[in-house]
Amino acid sequence: MGANDQSLIGQSVRRKEDVRFLTGVGQYTDDVVHPHQTYAYFLRSPHAHAKIRNIDTAKAKAAPGVVGVFTGADLDGVNGLPCGWLITGTDGKPMNEPPHPVLAQGKVRHVGDQVALVVADSVLQAKDAAESIDVDYEVLPSVVSCVDALKAGAPQIHEQAPGNKCYTWALGDKGAVDAAFAKAAHVTKLDIVNNRLIPNAIEPRAAVASYSRADDSYTLYVANQHPHVERLLMTAFVLGLPESKLRVIAPDVGGGFGSKIFLYAEETALVWASKRVNRPIKWAAERSESFLTDAHGRDHVTHAELALDKDGKFLAMRVQSTVNMGAYLSTFASSVPTILYATLLAGQYTTPAIHAEVTASFTNTAPVDAYRGAGRPEATFVVERLVHQAGVDMKMAQDEIRRRNFIRTFPYATPVALTYDTGNYDATLDEAMKMADVAGFAARKAEAAKRGKLRGLGYSTYIEACGLAPSNVAGALGARAGLYEAGQVRVNPTGSVTVFTGSHSHGQGHETTFAQVVAGRLGIDIGNVEVIHGDTGRIPFGMGTYGSRSLAVGGTAIVKALDKVIAKGKKIAAHLLEAAEADIEFADGKFTVAGTDRSKAFAEISLAAYVPHNYPLGTLEPGLEETAFYDPTNFTYPAGSHICEVEIDPETGVVEVVAFTACDDFGNVINPMIVEGQVHGGVAQGIGQALLERCVYDAETGQLLTGSYMDYAMPRADDLPSFKVGTKVTPCTHNPLGAKGCGEAGAIGAPAAMMNAVHDALLASGVTRIDMPASPHRVWAALQAARA
Amino acid sequence: MYSFELKKADSVADAAALIKETGGKPLAGGQSLVAAMKMRLAQPGTLVELSGIAELQGIRREGDAIVVGAMTRHAEVAASAAVKSAIPALAMLAEGIGDRQVRNMGTLGGSLANNDPAACYPAAVLGLGATVHTNTRKIAADEFFKGMYETALDDGELITAVSFPVPKKAAYVKFVQPASRFALVGVFVAQTASGVRVAVTGAASSVFRARPIEEALAKSFTADAARAVKTAADGLNTDLHGSAEYRAHLVSVLAGRAVAAAG
Ligand SMILES: Cc1cc2nc3c(=O)[nH]c(=O)nc-3n(C[C@H](O)[C@H](O)[C@H](O)COP(=O)(O)OP(=O)(O)OC[C@H]3O[C@@H](n4cnc5c(N)ncnc54)[C@H](O)[C@@H]3O)c2cc1C
Repeated sequence: MGANDQSLIGQSVRRKEDVRFLTGVGQYTDDVVHPHQTYAYFLRSPHAHAKIRNIDTAKAKAAPGVVGVFTGADLDGVNGLPCGWLITGTDGKPMNEPPHPVLAQGKVRHVGDQVALVVADSVLQAKDAAESIDVDYEVLPSVVSCVDALKAGAPQIHEQAPGNKCYTWALGDKGAVDAAFAKAAHVTKLDIVNNRLIPNAIEPRAAVASYSRADDSYTLYVANQHPHVERLLMTAFVLGLPESKLRVIAPDVGGGFGSKIFLYAEETALVWASKRVNRPIKWAAERSESFLTDAHGRDHVTHAELALDKDGKFLAMRVQSTVNMGAYLSTFASSVPTILYATLLAGQYTTPAIHAEVTASFTNTAPVDAYRGAGRPEATFVVERLVHQAGVDMKMAQDEIRRRNFIRTFPYATPVALTYDTGNYDATLDEAMKMADVAGFAARKAEAAKRGKLRGLGYSTYIEACGLAPSNVAGALGARAGLYEAGQVRVNPTGSVTVFTGSHSHGQGHETTFAQVVAGRLGIDIGNVEVIHGDTGRIPFGMGTYGSRSLAVGGTAIVKALDKVIAKGKKIAAHLLEAAEADIEFADGKFTVAGTDRSKAFAEISLAAYVPHNYPLGTLEPGLEETAFYDPTNFTYPAGSHICEVEIDPETGVVEVVAFTACDDFGNVINPMIVEGQVHGGVAQGIGQALLERCVYDAETGQLLTGSYMDYAMPRADDLPSFKVGTKVTPCTHNPLGAKGCGEAGAIGAPAAMMNAVHDALLASGVTRIDMPASPHRVWAALQAARA
Repeated sequence: MYSFELKKADSVADAAALIKETGGKPLAGGQSLVAAMKMRLAQPGTLVELSGIAELQGIRREGDAIVVGAMTRHAEVAASAAVKSAIPALAMLAEGIGDRQVRNMGTLGGSLANNDPAACYPAAVLGLGATVHTNTRKIAADEFFKGMYETALDDGELITAVSFPVPKKAAYVKFVQPASRFALVGVFVAQTASGVRVAVTGAASSVFRARPIEEALAKSFTADAARAVKTAADGLNTDLHGSAEYRAHLVSVLAGRAVAAAG
């Protein structure tokens, strides 16, 4: 076997796309330049909550270079932005779904809410004109905390959501949980805050919309993670256009982390306005706008309890969370703290009874939606903090309490709706403990103590669910979309291959990983495989990239299309080789008559398909191009063990992450280097959440206090140790690649591992609670309080 | 940013005249000014660029002092052999400002004129008892820093250089604010010819001298002596990143660490 066959699978092939990224010839949305292009600027609300009494745009309309000024009143026939997931509450009623206007309609509900769109010949002219718009606001009291919003007397944000409630939703058998708690030998209880985060992709959101009078159609370039869904939502739900009248192109995208899944008001307004001004319009967010208006992540307040028997076996878990939706329901906001959260509360454990209740509220803050991990980091944090505390309470070693409760027989049906197909949690824990040199920890701790430092070790044995599926199950849970993926394989006449995928790559390296899969299966050179994504004008209808689904779902769709290509190739080969189709074997890029040396190369077959001179035209169509849609039968369940070691300076409260080990089971790995990169990025984000990041709104005014990098702390290289990363493999049982997904695991496992390490380090000092981020000030203040 | 006019000056006198004539503002490294203009928080109609003025450049030893021109970039101070041998604490301070890009653009004069409450250089100037030279006079450090973003400079007055007396020993310890990496608290400790000086930045609305710590260190120049002083929290900053009490605690801790680092 050579380099261009199945052995490509599992090799760290260098990323094909990096050549253009590293040499500066990537094409991002802001690089798109159309003739006669104009520029947009959005006038935004300076207030968290206000009635708009009047908007006077006369001066702006007359300002130099201005092509158009639009407010909510102009958006005749334009609907609000839809939410893609209907949650049904414990009262049996659908969630409250207030309108989400494209431009404010009489009221603004968070700082940064878009009030008017100004289009001009230059950005500066648009900005200057926007400053001359006179908005008469009647400022209203505001509320930013998801807990405060539900209190009696809180400012009412939407007429359609009395008490600011979106829904109360529950999962699990409450009776069974209550009964188990009643007979528990021990109950561990925790109050937990999952801090609100701002996504911070390197490339800010951007869009370029243009309109063609020739065929009354639109083209939208947009920094987005799933162009077909963007198109469907924007045309069918908001603008009332046939999908075919809009082409959405998501070219190179500089990071998404979830924040570019959603349909936003800005690009929608741009498409609408491009027809009104009859010129292309470009908009690129300034970084301050990203802080204010990208959908934020997390923001949960939780009380959780774990019931145990005297031997440390988990009997039941009870979780109550209040979660922030922000001012409006973003595209998938409602599903994140419910379907993607409570279903993960079993973790890696056999806890027989679990009940979770989630109340979602509206606040005067930016919308909150999926952010790397989406619900699963929040669930892992609850489970792993509880397990850690239970270990402390019961004086059991952290690995021991986990092992006593690990799931070991598969498939395993949890009490929270999922069925894990496979896993080996002992294997990842054993390996992680070796890699982290847990055996040497006591000595390291003693040495640190001599220097006056507090060392701690924290575990997070997490599980996650990727590749949201199957569509009919998701539909029953409220999804308003299908969750399959499409792949199209076009074999060109000379045997090169163009692959069209519904998945989207914005940093994940699909152009390489998918090409490895295709080249490996077809036995052709990887240089002959081109992967096309991100353009509704070229790719089949697909659902895009989120939830670490691309390889498991998108990759499988491609494999299914390849199977069809190979099946057709066998028919052509049988004809050419004058053999029975059943006798044709395909391997190493050759179609061979079994047991003979008579064969045809892949390129000979493709040529015959397109130049069908000697071809069974009566029974077989010419051409070699196949499409497959793949709807998975189950989620995939990546899992692993993260171990974090911290050292705390009690004098200043500074927490240093001295070591971080991740041993993960992502199923079969196609490209280990790319997987390791995904783990590095995820862990950095997870440590960022635990150590540094924190989105803060002023409780009185609703102003965003962390609205720039001066106050919002991102993790930097020197905040992080060199990670130790390893994998163990139990292949996924229900997709042909055996792949599970790796994009979010780092961000899911790391926060709990780090915070458990912090709590371990501070245990002897009497500190019982530190919320994320474990900032120096917080740690120091907790130590002071414990000493007092 | 609003549009503005850029004028290049080639001497201090020329710059002063241009500023007077246009009511414009001097532009040094632009690391604070241009950022504020981008946010439309500052809107000068004219900028007078100082980078072409030779007399504002360079580092030289003059007797018992190191004299640094106002337009000297942080990176130059950090790399200067003269500074490293005479006042290593000053070179280290410059090396710890911002990132590489900021250090290659930002200047001593710009930093002092700006007097950001969390900036590093003000701590060195005050801690060493330096003298700020302007186009019209010489201002002692103790007279220069007047409050948040406020200095003794008159309108249109230009900093030309700073003269740092060489101390017996000195050290600067910066405790970074986790997001901006400016000083949450920074303490500059120096044993100078005129006694021990301790300057604190980041903790209050402007850099200040920690007199109780100076007194303690005058008696015993040891880390423990500095640490033992309980700094009062009154008047110190409270923000997202730390309370006044925390900052007060850090002042004493960092002063102790600075004494230890000064050797
Ligand atoms: C990302 C980042 C991180 C930073 N981190 C730090 C840090 O950790 N510590 C720190 O101390 N600083 C930090 N800074 C600030 C940096 O040191 C700047 O260089 C400094 O604030 C201003 O210097 P400048 O030369 O850029 O001045 P400019 O921005 O050009 O000017 C600042 C002000 O001074 C005036 N001015 C300039 N020169 C003169 C002069 N000769 N006479 C009179 N007035 C003058 C200008 O008119 C303007 O009002 C940081 C800046 C950035 C962007």
